[in-house]
Amino acid sequence: MSRISEAFKNKKVFIPFITCGDPDLDTTKACVLEMVKNGADIIELGIPFSDPTAEGPVIQNANLRALSGGVTTDKIFDMVRDLRKETEVPLVFMTYANVVFSYGMDRFFGACRDIGMDGLILPDLPFEEKEEFAPKCREYGMDLISLIAPTSKERIATIARDAQGFIYIVSSLGVTGVRSEITTDLGAMVSLVRENTEIPCAIGFGISTPEQAAKMSGISDGAIIGSAIIKILAEHGKEAPEYVGEYVKTITDAIRAA
Amino acid sequence: MSDKKGRFGIHGGQYIPETLMNAVIELEKAYDHYKDDPDFNRELTELFNEYAGRPSRLYYAKKMTEDLGGAKIYLKREDLNHTGAHKINNVLGQALLAKKMGKTRLIAETGAGQHGVATATAAALMGMECVVFMGEEDTKRQALNVYRMRLLGSEVIPVTTGTATLKDAVSEAMREWTTRIDDTHYCLGSVMGPHPFPIIVRDFQAVISREIKAQLMEKEGRLPDAVIACVGGGSNAIGSFYHFIEDESVQLIGCEAAGRGIDGFETAATINTGRVGIFHGMKSYFCQDEYGQIAPVYSISAGLDYPGIGPEHANLHDTGRAKYVPVTDEEAVCAFEYLAKTEGIIPAIESAHAVAYAQKLAPTMSRDQIIVITISGRGDKDCAAIARYRGEDINE
Repeated sequence: MSRISEAFKNKKVFIPFITCGDPDLDTTKACVLEMVKNGADIIELGIPFSDPTAEGPVIQNANLRALSGGVTTDKIFDMVRDLRKETEVPLVFMTYANVVFSYGMDRFFGACRDIGMDGLILPDLPFEEKEEFAPKCREYGMDLISLIAPTSKERIATIARDAQGFIYIVSSLGVTGVRSEITTDLGAMVSLVRENTEIPCAIGFGISTPEQAAKMSGISDGAIIGSAIIKILAEHGKEAPEYVGEYVKTITDAIRAA
Repeated sequence: MSDKKGRFGIHGGQYIPETLMNAVIELEKAYDHYKDDPDFNRELTELFNEYAGRPSRLYYAKKMTEDLGGAKIYLKREDLNHTGAHKINNVLGQALLAKKMGKTRLIAETGAGQHGVATATAAALMGMECVVFMGEEDTKRQALNVYRMRLLGSEVIPVTTGTATLKDAVSEAMREWTTRIDDTHYCLGSVMGPHPFPIIVRDFQAVISREIKAQLMEKEGRLPDAVIACVGGGSNAIGSFYHFIEDESVQLIGCEAAGRGIDGFETAATINTGRVGIFHGMKSYFCQDEYGQIAPVYSISAGLDYPGIGPEHANLHDTGRAKYVPVTDEEAVCAFEYLAKTEGIIPAIESAHAVAYAQKLAPTMSRDQIIVITISGRGDKDCAAIARYRGEDINE
């Protein structure tokens, strides 16, 4: 059983997101370890991209801070290699198709296997283009995570039947970012997913409070939080790990108590 | 030209967030239905002819021909269209399609402002709401066009992210589209983005080469030897090339903005300096660094200041059917001044890139050969910037 499947076994999961290199890779590494210490089940590591078209302003700015700090895909691989000496937590890269494509598929996935990555999320890779990346992903033992959006409708069944690892359910229209309320009928989406696959699903986009996280993981198998964490990084910079840890604890407590 | 899922060779495709997939599928279905619909085409032709002023003239540039002493030069005068550029061809087509689809709101990106003005114009004409995203840097370079869009009833949103130019305006328009899809059509301005946009925009712009072919047949009884157009995303170029692609004797030449030169970083010459990548919904050539980060590009022309090129052009380059040459700021500015003084025609600084290459090419050809240059837009919008380039400060 993969580390990702293991993480979902008999519990609701919390998946925090962090942009690698914001403000530097030492801080990223310290944040990940704090997240693990405070109960995070899977960590989503963002490889920054110059033009992240699926992101709202908060994560866009994190990408900019990281890139202007000089972070590169190679430096991120080195950081993960170090990180793996200290934790076995499932790690999933989140980046854009060009970052992988331009690095070279075999080179990218080969490095991912060597450093112990478990999965990959590419928000600009819909079902129609998946076959360009999926075979390589499988060959190197990684799960290519599929996304489902409120507009997916009849596409949900097709996407779910072909999914690996877990399914990322996008809670709302628009880009990433904190929302005061989520109005999509997520229950119906989750039911459709469950009719078509055994793979677990987690909800992301717009979640920030412990109440929202508990509610979303109640509907599905877990909650994903990005922008709310990036805001802590933006506020505290290198001092952020401690605050990130505290925040992650409030979320995992809420999810476990629900 | 394109096969499954809108591929041109290896280029094209649909690399967009899942949230937008049903929107582009719906667009593709609607376009497939309406493109051969007689009523739709009748309405579009009427808009082209009665509103936009088509067909545009194919003008024999006698003085320029004599001055350069080589091939006979014709200018395809897209600058004479309503709103002053070829952009209106695509916009009238897409706005009409959007209206048929029941959309009530258009969003668009713009670089120099020509596509934004055209979209704002079509929205005013068809009673639709319109929001245009424009890089903040470009709103300063092209302040007059910002005013024109607002005058036409559109909202203009200055984009401050990234390099605050055309690519950031595209990103922001794509983000806006994921937020509001039901009533909104994204009126993309060039032959780029995810399928079906490169095909839709090309088909609406193909009127340019259809007319060139017929007009030249009437004037000269033959095909041209070369067709030259400037290329940013590449909509006026693909429109100028399209009906000649099968005619192997016709050289197709796209002029890229080399900015301060292709040996430095201050350039926007995608084919000449970029490599294959995936961005803004498509696989094509992009200016990027070794890690796939999209490079900040530069050109004096806000309309060519884009790090990518349409996928059909990428394939025409791969197959060798068209060639793409770099033209610097300095060459374009000289051509801008040259056409003004020689023919009394002030071209857009974008189009001046094509004029500049024709100035080099024509003298190498014989007098019985024919070059067609597409003058994609008029240059009024550029006068203040060119004056500044020449060290003269004038108020717009």
